[in-house]
Amino acid sequence: MHFQLKILIFLFSMLVTHGAVAEAESKSFEQIKNLITSKSFAEKTQAVSLLAAHPERRTTEILNALLEGELYYRKTDKLLLITKKQNREYIVSDAITGQDLGVVKKREIKKITTNNSIRKKIRAALAVKQLDSEDAVTRYQAVNQILGDPDAEMVTHLQQRLEIENDKKVRQAIELALAITELESADKKDRLAAIAGVSGSIEPAVRGKLATIVADDPDEAVRKAAKKALNNISVQIQLYSFLETLFFGLSLGSVLVLAAIGLAITFGVMGVINMAHGELIMLGAYTTYVIQQALPELIGLSVLLAIPAAFIVSGLVGILIEKTVIRHLYGRPLETLLATFGISLILQQTVRSIFSPLNRSVVTPEWMSGSLEINSVLSLTYNRLYIIIFCLLVFVVLNIILKKTSLGLQVRAVTQNRSMARAMGVRSARVDALTFGLGSGIAGVAGVALSQLTNVGPNLGQSYIVDSFMVVVFGGVGNLAGTLVSGLSLGVVNQFLEPWAGAVLAKILILIFIILFIQKRPRGLFPQKGRSAEG
Amino acid sequence: MFLMRILKGDRGGQVLMALLLAAMIVVPVLNLLVPESSALHLSTYSVTLLGKYLTYALLAVAVDLVWGYLGILSLGHGAFFALGGYAMGMYLMRQIGDRGVYGNPELPDFMVFLNYSELPWFWQGFDMFWFAAIMILLVPGLLAFVFGWFAFRSRVTGVYLSIITQAMTYALMLAFFRNEMGFGGNNGLTDFKDLLGFDLQADATRIALFMISALALAMGYLACRAIVKSKLGRVAVAIRDAEDRTRFIGYRVEYVKLAIFTFSAALAGVAGALYVPQVGIINPGEFSPLNSIEVVIWVAVGGRGTLYGAVVGAILVNYAKTYFTGAFPEIWLFALGALFVLTTLYLPKGFVGMLKRRSVTS
Amino acid sequence: MLSMKSLKKTAVGLAATAMFSGSALAAEDTIKVGILHSLSGTMAISETTLKDTMLMLIEEQNKKGGLLGKKLEAVVVDPASNWPLFAEKARELIEKKKVSAVFGCWTSVSRKSVLPVFEELNSLLFYPVQYEGEESSKNVFYTGAAPNQQAIPAVDYLMNEIGVERWVLEGTDYVYPRTTNKILEAYLKAKGVDEKDILINYTPFGFADWQSEVAKIKKFGSAGKKTAVVSTVNGDANVPFYKELGNQGISAEDIPVVAFSVGEEELSGIDTKPLVGHLAAWNYFMSVDSETNDSFIEAWHAYIKDKKRVTNDPMEAHYIGFNMWVEAVKKAGTTDPAAVQDAIIGVAVPNLTGGLSAMMPNHHITKPVLIGEIQKDGQFEVVWETSGLVVGDAWSDYLPGSKDLISDWRVPLSCGNYNVKTGKCSGQNF
Repeated sequence: MHFQLKILIFLFSMLVTHGAVAEAESKSFEQIKNLITSKSFAEKTQAVSLLAAHPERRTTEILNALLEGELYYRKTDKLLLITKKQNREYIVSDAITGQDLGVVKKREIKKITTNNSIRKKIRAALAVKQLDSEDAVTRYQAVNQILGDPDAEMVTHLQQRLEIENDKKVRQAIELALAITELESADKKDRLAAIAGVSGSIEPAVRGKLATIVADDPDEAVRKAAKKALNNISVQIQLYSFLETLFFGLSLGSVLVLAAIGLAITFGVMGVINMAHGELIMLGAYTTYVIQQALPELIGLSVLLAIPAAFIVSGLVGILIEKTVIRHLYGRPLETLLATFGISLILQQTVRSIFSPLNRSVVTPEWMSGSLEINSVLSLTYNRLYIIIFCLLVFVVLNIILKKTSLGLQVRAVTQNRSMARAMGVRSARVDALTFGLGSGIAGVAGVALSQLTNVGPNLGQSYIVDSFMVVVFGGVGNLAGTLVSGLSLGVVNQFLEPWAGAVLAKILILIFIILFIQKRPRGLFPQKGRSAEG
Repeated sequence: MFLMRILKGDRGGQVLMALLLAAMIVVPVLNLLVPESSALHLSTYSVTLLGKYLTYALLAVAVDLVWGYLGILSLGHGAFFALGGYAMGMYLMRQIGDRGVYGNPELPDFMVFLNYSELPWFWQGFDMFWFAAIMILLVPGLLAFVFGWFAFRSRVTGVYLSIITQAMTYALMLAFFRNEMGFGGNNGLTDFKDLLGFDLQADATRIALFMISALALAMGYLACRAIVKSKLGRVAVAIRDAEDRTRFIGYRVEYVKLAIFTFSAALAGVAGALYVPQVGIINPGEFSPLNSIEVVIWVAVGGRGTLYGAVVGAILVNYAKTYFTGAFPEIWLFALGALFVLTTLYLPKGFVGMLKRRSVTS
Repeated sequence: MLSMKSLKKTAVGLAATAMFSGSALAAEDTIKVGILHSLSGTMAISETTLKDTMLMLIEEQNKKGGLLGKKLEAVVVDPASNWPLFAEKARELIEKKKVSAVFGCWTSVSRKSVLPVFEELNSLLFYPVQYEGEESSKNVFYTGAAPNQQAIPAVDYLMNEIGVERWVLEGTDYVYPRTTNKILEAYLKAKGVDEKDILINYTPFGFADWQSEVAKIKKFGSAGKKTAVVSTVNGDANVPFYKELGNQGISAEDIPVVAFSVGEEELSGIDTKPLVGHLAAWNYFMSVDSETNDSFIEAWHAYIKDKKRVTNDPMEAHYIGFNMWVEAVKKAGTTDPAAVQDAIIGVAVPNLTGGLSAMMPNHHITKPVLIGEIQKDGQFEVVWETSGLVVGDAWSDYLPGSKDLISDWRVPLSCGNYNVKTGKCSGQNF
């Protein structure tokens, strides 16, 4: 099929260059129409090739519409339509002339469906058209789009472009693209030259082609050269993959820290074994969802708004829990486990009753999706990057609260010696409530971050509670900095173990490590000092 | 005589023994002799259910022994229970023989399924009941011993100890979930046919298992009571209340802890072994940290540090669960959650404490 | 708002059932149908919908006049995603509540857990979820897809239509992915795929940190050959998996992911924009254009009082299974399980894709196989389908242990795992 297609394109470009333009045009559009409205994806693919090679300017728009799923046809006469959907109405225009045709009913028209290979084809076709764009960045992106497997026609196009291209970056990209195609050349010398041309590039396409050469090339010298080039590349790649794993580790670590740092306050500072901590995280995630539902137009803003909102919601719930239940249990830390476990069941079921047991979809805002491409091997995903930053920010703010505000002073006083603090006039009951609220609020904030990474559902909290306890205990109960260090290091170790041991084994090893570590240092990484340390 | 001495002054224990004895007589009669049409007939469903509660009760007693009398809040006792269960499950698996769906006389179905060519070494011997019986005690006991050896010597206490017991059961859960482990992965072990030649689906076998569970609970209870009453038990309570002082007096705190912890783990293993044939399945879910937390909650609801309170709590909470999940399937978690919160707030000594207070005031 | 309503509804329902059970006479006049789906715990996410589906189907049947002149009565219990509890609740339904048939279970382990109970008490279980096969019980009717009704056609599609040469088999570590991947691996090798071009990988349940795994897939996919991921990743782990795919820039055009456990309901919890073009293989999609489907969706929306709720493949399986049971009871003239077991083989009822599905002698059903691509709105668009119906195969032909086994519950064979080489029928519990 591929072969036939190439012939078709070839014939067609012959037609065009030989000047029988006008006549061929109307004829070919007729043909395109028949092909594109067919049920067979193979015929649609042909139609895309024909459209791509068509000189008419509007083909770009038609292809774009097809890509976006906005290309329809009228059932009566197969007239191609570009359709905009507005509040259940379909506003259509003639795809070929651009003429506005008003509003139609859904039953009159039919969508032209695409699949992955067709969309890929369209993107490549559009990229070729963009090779001659005014904007150098667009041209650069276009070259990268077709890097790897340009067909014969694109190669000619690239060669033409190279002659007139004046932007250095684009020139390099085109040269690389051409070198990659040369790797498949029949001539041994060309192949060797191409290998020299591509060496040093870490593009996946280059590696792929080189790997095939190493495996299949008939010529010994070429194979050797390719192998050498490949080795050079793999050294570089190892470095980048090390950096990548480090990033993965830090990002996993900061998720752990975020989930655990609220617990470090309620559990670490107050000694409450708060089994409902996970559910407070869950509440934060649901708050994000509710805010997004309330502000469907402002997704980007809603996540930011959710941070204070989640803090307030979870914080208030936390204060409520403290005032109604935990207040009566001070001095009986293990019984808080029992009561908060009950609370966690109630909170889970409440959410299940209000929002249904199904997961809720939280939209990732534009500015958090995608990744920051350092190069073609190393790219840092934005959501993770923001979460690392966010985690550090939360940590700093929390530290400021505890170290610089009067509430923080009182909290530390109560933690260190409750009766002495009371004697000094600290209202310990109020401080307890506020501290618990603070810890819970931070849990809520963690929920906002987690809503960007994982399921927002009634079970969200349960999956983090055990890990959170591990992080706090490993870091040393009652020590925020310990929580930060322990969370980050556990994350990094986990990610470095994972490729080598697999996800499950890595986690088991980490747990065994924690168990052994606690034997060595029974009070965690950073043991608390002072009077409250015993017990 | 010996029995009398152990139960002297233990009203709760006396009542419990009487009830267990009564159940061992009444339940078989109601199930096997009373015709099905009669209102007094006890269905097999109820018998297995009661049997299951009794094994839970035994587990709760084991937890209460270490928590109530030694002050170790173990959040990992579910692991010992599950290990005992797996040991029994492996025996039951081997008993299937060539009656599995693939008819392989040597390998259990899931191994055929995963292309095992031969039985892994750790499955050897489990075709013999005596070997499995030893393993039921040995495996949980050994794990507890090794774990305790490290933890108690380095004086890991309090919350830290609780959390690493939790880490232990969590790690085991993840490990058993792995299909490479050779324990059937997520599906665990199931489709058991018979135990010592008795058909597991026969009513008589079920009754027998129920009676054995009741007996095991009674024996386990008496053993725990005996420990608690002995000098060892008194030292344990001293450790619970003031570990450092006990150490300064000259007791080897870690050995006392190790002995009781190991015994408790073996007891939990027995409970697990009796649990498996009655519910018909053992899978890694039993290792889940939440399960272990639940056991602690049974003890707290019943009343910590009384032993019989653990029995009451286990049966009460589990009966409530059975009832609620059937009667209010949509909202039962509210009821269960409220039960936990309210008992902690208003019954700090559990249900048993409430009864005691009543009897004192009246 | 809605929840208050549904709370009230449950309260009223509870009161009603309480009143009902109060008068033993009234209870005698109904045919009881057990519903054994988790309403709490990790599986509630998927199973609650199936409980609602069953309640709707029973209500509709009652509107049509019930069955054999009696009303149907649903008995709902909550096994709480706890596998031993499944067995206990199954026994409660059959022995205590005396139900005539049970519709339920989702995970394989829950089915394995209840299986001995159903065989012992000789009752009926209709199991609506795609599963790994390698089972055929006298008492279980498998209305979901067997691997040959989902996995193998999907791989065929990728191989023949998309030209995939390199395969990542990514799954959650439990029996369904293990078996499916075993079958697929054998199948791919039989089709001439080199061992080096297959990467098999397992992650734990609820796995949330996909960074390394996705990076691994990306690396594997950059070897120059067209690569696809066949995903048997389970439930909860899918959202972070797809999010990570989107963020690391793996588009469906580069490395398509075909999933067997991701349907409309799972997608309703995900922002699907980055996922457009990824694939799923099922026997039903909500977007299927047929009259039965339209009226089913309409009824569902009316019942659940929410126009946004989606339908999915296991719901269709319950639809088919329930109607088959109803037809079989009518045919047998009784709800007696033994009679229904005989009567149901050969019963054919409309499925939602516009055809008829029939119960085969191996207790599996015939189904069409559809491949759909994810759209922006969380729906699937069918890009390929089998030309006819595919018969569910209880025992895979690609596994060495089971290739000689067949299942036929008709007299005289009456065996779920008959070995055609040895002529023996093994592993039966009765």
